[in-house]
Order: sequence, then C-alpha cells, then structure tokens
Amino acid sequence: MKVSSNQSFNTVISKAIKLGVILAAIALGGCSSTIDEMGKTVSNFELEPWVKPFERSNLADPIMAVGRNPIALSYAKHVHESREGARGASGSAGGGCGCN
Amino acid sequence: MFNSHNDNSLTSRLGKSPISRICYGFIICVLLMTTMGVYAAVLPDDRSDIMYHKYSGDGVSIDGPSYLLRKKVGNHVSFSANYYVDTVSGASIDVRATASPYQEQRKETSVGVDYLNEKTLLSTGYTNSSENDFEANSVFLGVKQDFFGDLSTVSINWSKGWDEVGVRGDDSFAEEADRQKFGFGWTQVMTKSLIMGFSAEHISDEGYLNNPYRSIRFLDPDSERGFRFTRETYPTTRSSNAYSINANYYLPYRAALYADARIYNDSWGIDANNFKLGYIHPIGGWTIDIFARHYSQESADFYGDLFAREDEFNFMARDKEMSSYSGITAGLHLSYEWQFSQTATFKKSSIHFEYDYMRFDYDNFRDVTAVDAVVGEEPLFGFSAYVLKIYASIWY
Repeated sequence: MKVSSNQSFNTVISKAIKLGVILAAIALGGCSSTIDEMGKTVSNFELEPWVKPFERSNLADPIMAVGRNPIALSYAKHVHESREGARGASGSAGGGCGCN
Repeated sequence: MFNSHNDNSLTSRLGKSPISRICYGFIICVLLMTTMGVYAAVLPDDRSDIMYHKYSGDGVSIDGPSYLLRKKVGNHVSFSANYYVDTVSGASIDVRATASPYQEQRKETSVGVDYLNEKTLLSTGYTNSSENDFEANSVFLGVKQDFFGDLSTVSINWSKGWDEVGVRGDDSFAEEADRQKFGFGWTQVMTKSLIMGFSAEHISDEGYLNNPYRSIRFLDPDSERGFRFTRETYPTTRSSNAYSINANYYLPYRAALYADARIYNDSWGIDANNFKLGYIHPIGGWTIDIFARHYSQESADFYGDLFAREDEFNFMARDKEMSSYSGITAGLHLSYEWQFSQTATFKKSSIHFEYDYMRFDYDNFRDVTAVDAVVGEEPLFGFSAYVLKIYASIWY
C-alpha cells in the first residue's frame, strides 16, 4: 500500500497554493463595488502598479535575480532531474521587476 | 581502467547508465528553457561562461566542461549557444548488481534566439544530445510578456523532443520516444522587497520510456542467489503535472532570502514534493550563497524491489528513481566579482566555486550486493554524493 505523508503534505501545499492565488487575485484586483444613487451596483475596479519604478532598487539588485548564473542553474537542474522521479515546473517566469 | 563489454550478454547490456535514460530527452528540454527562458522581457546580457562540473557519488563520477555564449545583435535580437559534456565512469548500485563498470561520454549542443519587441520576448531554440547509444533532439518555443507597470510577467512555453534509444552491443535494438511539454509561469512583484512566482508544467511522453539497461529482480529458487534479473517493462505513455511557487525577499540590509516549493504527480503513480530555502549575503566583491533542499517521492505503481516471478505483472520496474525515497541537498556557493568601466570592452567578470552535498535514502530499494543477506531482507540502500561547479563569467 503506497501512501502518504507525501500525499497529505501535497494536499497542504496544494491548499497553500490555492490560498496564495486567491490572495494574489485580491491583491491584484483591488476591486470593490458600491451602489449609486439609482440603486445600481457600480464596480470600482481601480488597479494600479503599487511599486513605482523609483522604488525598485532592491528588486534590481543582482542577488534578487533567480537566473543570475544560467550555466550553473542549468547544471543544477540537470543533476536533480537525473536523480529524481519528478520533473517540470522547476523555474519561474523570471523578472517582472521592470528595472530596465 | 573500466571494463568494456562488447558481447551481447544481458549482464553486459545491464552495465549501463547511472542516470535514467528516459531523463535525457527531458533534461535537454529543461536546459533549453533554463538557458533561454528565465529572464523577463529584456534581452539577456552579453556574456560568456566557462565551467568545470563534477558529480561524484554511489560509485559514479561524472564530469566535464560547459561553455555558454550570449551575444546581442542590435537592440532586438540575442543569440545563445551552449556546449556541454558529461564524461561518465564507474558503476552505480544498479550496475554493480548486474554488470561491470563502464565509461562513456555524452555531448550536448544548444543554440537559441531571443527576439524582443517592446515588452514581449519571443524565444526559440534547438538542442541535440548525443551518446553512442542514445540520441535526443528537442525544439523549444516560448513567449514572455511584461505588463501591469512591469510588475507582472507571464510566460508560456512549449517544447517537443524526439529520442532514439539504442543498446550498446545490440545493433538490432532501436526504439523511439516522443515528448511534449507545456509550461505556464507568472512572476509578480509583491512589494519593494519581495518577488513571487508560480509555475505549472504538463509533460507527456510516448514511446519506449524505460532504460534498456535497468532490470527488475524476481524470485527464482533454482538460481544460486535465490533471485534473477530481467529487463524492466514500462508503460509506453506517461503524463505528469508539476506546480511550483518561489519567492525572493530582500532583507533590510543587503542580503536576500529565497525559497521554492513544488508538488508533482504523474500517471505512473509517482507523487513527489520538494522545497528549498536559501540565503545570499554579499561582502565587498564576494557573495556567499547557502541553501538547503529537501525532496521526497512515493514510488510508481508498478515499482517493486523483488517480484514473485518473471512475468508477474504487465509493467514492472526496479529503477531506484521509481521507488519511494527522500533526499537532502545542502550547498555552499562562493563567488567574487570584478567591475570594470562600462565603456571598456569587458564590463564585468566573476569567478565561482559551488559545492553541494547530497544524501539519498531509499524506503523500498534494497542493496542486493549485501552478502549473506536473506533474499528480500537486504539492507535498504542509501548513498551520499557531492556536486562541484567551478566557473568563470565575463560580461561584454
């Protein structure tokens, strides 16, 4: 019988990811609704980047870059993929700091 | 020197790779995505890297060089090329159980192009991996888009690979496998000091997916040891899904914490997860990076350490990467960087020394090389390894 500390852990991680997505959606959405004088529901969808370009010095520091040494990153993934049954989703989209 | 078997005996054919052959085609897809796809919608820096790498553990040594070259042409296009060599020697537990040590070489060549148009980055690439009994080719296509004031980056990737599987000493053995990958990524700036990312990837394989050199063992009271070996049999299809999150956090002083976690499952019944926590601290021109990583998985549905008979099931595996096990990795990475004038030919250079310690402990894979052990009650297998990377980088 194959089982399961892993499966319960996976369930917890899965829930954590879902929660993260929901929180991110809320954070990104920043939306709310109000009712105008006519009793009509109006959506206030005000969404603006909350970190301004001049506030991104920390994010632009090379120590924050996931793929700052691509030749070593490739090799590290090669080592893990060769010795582990799991595969895929081992990198993020990268960037996003808008530093350039 | 290592023995070289040219005969067609089973033990000779089993004396092969410590690394699952099925992984190679997949790995080159990963390398393609890694070397060409992890940056935001800006062209990669012009740089060259030269590296010596070594893995040593479980009686196996794998080392060789790797060269990476990147160069922009104009403001919209960047080319990249990577040449990588693995020289494998020794004998892992799988080989020690059934055959003799060996030596071989794998050469991998990748080329790629990135095209930038405003906030959109298109990437494509091709990789070939070649051995004397295995050939893998792969193409990659990806698109990446920055939006929301450049706080968000979305990427979509696709790749397809074709493997040709052979067996040394058996010219009549020729099999094929195809592979497709679909990836999605989202990276989000959360605060002035925190970036988070989410990745999802689906991979599907079809064809000859097992390693022709790996074998199962089954009970045979008539044999001297009470068991015998025969070639594994895997399903001819596999599909997997993996999801990961990662975060980089800039501390109040100049240092950073980073972490990632991944869950994984596939149609073979493997469930896995891993997580990692690291810390980076610059001191002058030096940078210290330390991390710890944990990995664990449950075995494939058709895995067994000891089968009752040779044809007990339609699909049978004893590859230890298909078993239940866990592993830890702890790393110490040091680098030193020199900054030159931005108007000089060479803008910056760095040297790196990276050492990782790895330990794997298996829950249902036994060490059949143990002497005088009762069949099926041999000690569980485990091993330690280290990974060494020494490289230099120069920006121009």
